[in-house]
Amino acid sequence: MRSIVAMLLAGLLAAAVPARADTELTFYYPIAVGGPLTKVIDGLARDFEKEHPGIKVNPIYAGNYDDARIKALAALKAGQPAQISVLYSIDLYELIEQDVIVPWDDVATSAEDKAWLKAFYPALMANGIYKGKVYGIPFQRSTIVLYWNKDAFKEAGLNPDEPPANWKEMAGMAAKLVKKDASGNVQRWGVMVPSTGYPYWMFQAFSRQNGMDLMNKEGNRTHFAHPDVIAALQYWRDLGAKHKVMPEGTIEWGTLRQQFTEGKTAMMWHTTGNLTAVKNSAKFAFGVAMLPTSKQRGSPTGGGNFYMFKKTTPEERKAALAFVKWMTTPERTADWSIATGYVGTRADAYEAGKLKEYAAEFPQAVVARDQLKFATAELATFQTGRVRKLLDDAIQAALTGQKTPPAALKAAQSEADRLLKPYR
Amino acid sequence: MKHVYGWLLLTPAAILLVGFTHYPAAATLWDSLFSTGTVVRPSRFVAFENYAALADDPIFWQVLGNNLWFALGTIPTSMAIAMLMAIWVNDRLPARALARMAYFTPTVLPMIAVANLWLFFYTPQIGLLDQVGAALFGARSHNWLGDPDTVLACTMVMVVWKEAGFFMIFYLAALQSLAPELEEAAKMEGASRWYFFRRVTFPLLMPTTLFVLVNATINSFKLVDHLFILTKGGPDNASSLLLYYIYQVAFSFFDTAYASTLTVILLLLLAGLALVQFQLVEKRVHYR
Repeated sequence: MRSIVAMLLAGLLAAAVPARADTELTFYYPIAVGGPLTKVIDGLARDFEKEHPGIKVNPIYAGNYDDARIKALAALKAGQPAQISVLYSIDLYELIEQDVIVPWDDVATSAEDKAWLKAFYPALMANGIYKGKVYGIPFQRSTIVLYWNKDAFKEAGLNPDEPPANWKEMAGMAAKLVKKDASGNVQRWGVMVPSTGYPYWMFQAFSRQNGMDLMNKEGNRTHFAHPDVIAALQYWRDLGAKHKVMPEGTIEWGTLRQQFTEGKTAMMWHTTGNLTAVKNSAKFAFGVAMLPTSKQRGSPTGGGNFYMFKKTTPEERKAALAFVKWMTTPERTADWSIATGYVGTRADAYEAGKLKEYAAEFPQAVVARDQLKFATAELATFQTGRVRKLLDDAIQAALTGQKTPPAALKAAQSEADRLLKPYR
Repeated sequence: MKHVYGWLLLTPAAILLVGFTHYPAAATLWDSLFSTGTVVRPSRFVAFENYAALADDPIFWQVLGNNLWFALGTIPTSMAIAMLMAIWVNDRLPARALARMAYFTPTVLPMIAVANLWLFFYTPQIGLLDQVGAALFGARSHNWLGDPDTVLACTMVMVVWKEAGFFMIFYLAALQSLAPELEEAAKMEGASRWYFFRRVTFPLLMPTTLFVLVNATINSFKLVDHLFILTKGGPDNASSLLLYYIYQVAFSFFDTAYASTLTVILLLLLAGLALVQFQLVEKRVHYR
């Protein structure tokens, strides 16, 4: 009897300890656009395992960007850490402040690895670098583009192949595109820019176009009260209040796509991540263009990066590097971009193979990439959640006419100064 | 021996209550007396500094005000509608089961699904509300959720629609337990329907009313799911509620200490309200 128990125990122990010491990688990832993407990620992980025996990858879908950050940090605190994760690119300062991530430069030491770190578009790296070290590898990334309804342009007597090039043209064209019924009700607006959910993101495009970024590289200073920034918000407000080409009040991010595809607005600013959805539901010819200029072109980038956590063994870090390098090869980048609508993260992905063919038959797909030259980092600072909300509230207060743009932005700036002082 | 038996019976519930209700409440109170720790600046005891910050926080006062309006707007309306609907479907009418079901359906739907539906009702131009308004009254398109003057009322209407059916079920159950002799006696005495309702039905429903009132009050502070979909608290916090603000502070700002402080206020508020309700209303409640 006793020997049987002993055997059973031995068997259990043997089962608990794997025969070969596999390196296991757990990673959390968020999904913020439509489509069966968990399947795509799981498939990628299985393919990687086939090519790399000895490394096991457990991808864990963790909801939206906020959920993913909360889950990854909770797992770290609970002692069941993930080794890597795809998290919001703008979580960088928060993760550094919590002291949970390490730079990729620490493991990417060979000449080939260093070349890999340089392969991505610089605009996409801007949110991933702190004090000269690379913490975030771009993976699912987007920018803002202008969608326009070519049929509406024709109807209004405009050239359907010529989107507005600058702010003045956009306001002018939009005025021609506004359509009213006999009793003066607006049937179609000229342009809509969403102002719920991520107002700060849209505003970054306005202020960059007007020649000013909203924060410094160190993430400890904001420029909300700069005259160029105030003028940018004034322009946004004027589209509704003065030019009457956009509805007053805030415009819902989630329903704007339908308003555009229903023909209720002739132009909209939206993420390139909506491209496939618009393509599938628009019953009219539409174009995609870079955002208009004021003093220069500009759009922020957005989306998720790969981070590596601090609580990892040297073997795990090596395996993590192998995995992330594999996930970001030009071929995989092309597949991922076509499946999602996200920007291909590196130039060589567009130079050959599937993405090149896709772009040839659907040229709208490369506008976001071409705009990357003019792109800027997404708003990220220390205390990023609070600072972002200060700006969001200021923008919404101005757009709804509760405060003037200078008053709203000056108040937000002085509050941001108070929050960021300890980090200077 | 009897004592041991009794305690044994109580233990499972007691463990759950202490573990998931009382301990977290006490821990929240304790946490609210410390600053939020980061690697750079570890947490330290700050006594009531967080409460002082709260008194100076304009957003806190705004969401608290919003929440009071929200409670005032949703509780009496949803209860009155619930009572009306219950009396209506308690009568003998054709397809009674269907009518009851129809009133109850909104309750069965998850709040997130409801909010997604109503998001499209409220969408300017293409939304149901604007379409119906334009077709029937020739009304102009209104940016319902984008206007700080209308956004809170819009969320209230949706919540009333969702909650009333739930409260109706309680009233319906209470109505069916009323003795039919009462109505027959009233009829013989020649009492009008309104008189009968005012002097007999309504007083007899008081225990249910108390129960529903407590629940509705708690719900008006607890229900924030719709904000994630509809407005994210905007524009400029015009539709934000206390619990949603707590979520933002805790999980978007990572300020756990301040979130604890806000939670303590919410707990005190709810405990106070519950006490008042039990004290005041119980006097007018007729238990059998």
